[in-house]
Amino acid sequence: MFQLTTHTPLIFQLMQIKRNIALSDSGFIFDPSTGDSFSTNPIGLEIIKMLKEGKANEEVKALIVKQYMTDEATFERDLYDFVNMISKLKLSENDEKEKD
Amino acid sequence: MMKRKKINIAVTGLNAIDSPGPGVPVIRALRESKLYDVRIIGLSYETLEPGIYMHDLVDKTYQIPFPSSGKASLLTRLKYIHEQEKIDVIIPNFDAEIFNFIKLNDQLKKEMGIHMFLPTLDQFEERHKSNLPEFGKKHKIKIPYSKMIFSTAEIPSLREEFTYPLVVKGKFYDASIAYTPEQVVSHFNKISAKWGLPIIIQQFVYGQEVNVTALGDGLGNAIGAVPMRKQYITDKGKAWSGISIDDKELMSLTRRLMKSTRWRGGMELEIIKTAEGDYYLIEINPRFPAWVYLAVGCGQNHPEALVQLALGKKVEPFKKYDVGKLFVRYSFDLIVELAEFEKISTLGEL
Repeated sequence: MFQLTTHTPLIFQLMQIKRNIALSDSGFIFDPSTGDSFSTNPIGLEIIKMLKEGKANEEVKALIVKQYMTDEATFERDLYDFVNMISKLKLSENDEKEKD
Repeated sequence: MMKRKKINIAVTGLNAIDSPGPGVPVIRALRESKLYDVRIIGLSYETLEPGIYMHDLVDKTYQIPFPSSGKASLLTRLKYIHEQEKIDVIIPNFDAEIFNFIKLNDQLKKEMGIHMFLPTLDQFEERHKSNLPEFGKKHKIKIPYSKMIFSTAEIPSLREEFTYPLVVKGKFYDASIAYTPEQVVSHFNKISAKWGLPIIIQQFVYGQEVNVTALGDGLGNAIGAVPMRKQYITDKGKAWSGISIDDKELMSLTRRLMKSTRWRGGMELEIIKTAEGDYYLIEINPRFPAWVYLAVGCGQNHPEALVQLALGKKVEPFKKYDVGKLFVRYSFDLIVELAEFEKISTLGEL
């Protein structure tokens, strides 16, 4: 199970999205190992794609802040929430490892 | 396209209520066979089984005696049907009838040349709900703690061994969750009136239900296996919608089980996957499930492969299946002429 308190805050970790997760351009996300599916908006999709490519959260932050009209603090907070949600939905490898 | 071999296949399980039988989906799979040009003989128990009236799927239907009538009356009826239809293969699809068909297996083959591909009697018996704990120990698979009870007098003392909620199950079908001893009594009475005794009390395991439809060659190999996660579940616990998944551990468990049981025929594994990633086997059904057509949609025609095995052909195991394919079940009102209903009701064939 995901326990934020016992680990380094996720915002500073490398969030490894499960390799087998299928992402479509419409923002539809499918986890073939559980059959779960989710939808995200275009910016969410962009972030998940970056995470799946192996970009660190700091790198994602730098790219988004550069590309969109947002400040670092706001985005960092939103990213923190988003990464938390990804973890809760068991879409990251980190959660798989925690289960073991 | 290669010429398909003409073959007569008799299929049971033509019912399609909210707990549907596997007959119709098995027939749909056979109709899509690339190897066989099938004539389908429906075998029904009741006059309102929808498959009887699905003339695009079922060529002719005959009523057969209920399993409780025993194997002798079933054999007599099958002899008559065989004289009319020259059956090559029978695919039984009900748990409750499989015992009689297993008992008749050799006789049907020897005297009438009818082939089946069923589990052995030992395989059939050891996977009974009431024998599941021993089955788990033998084949090293986690099973929820279970106990058989024969009387409502045993219900109050269940508190010593179980925590509520718990699951109350019938010998063949039906399962209900009970949150109090009073609910256990009510479920006990309802289920035992329908399916007899014993009643199985099972620990309630929290998690996600995943099922596997599979086919074993009787030598320890899984010829095919497709895992599915239930997405929409009816109040009877039946999947009304499901999706094929890529769960390597579940597939490995299925292959291990096939190897250690040397399972022969179709089967369905019902499994709960807990949040911790543990797999608990809650049931093994000794036949294809009603959602077996999803396997066909995913690229594995299990009923066709079963027919090949029944006819003694060598079948190579399927190597892959499509992940992320869904089935969505629906109901459909057939309009039936009274004359058809009259015919099946009075003559026992249509």
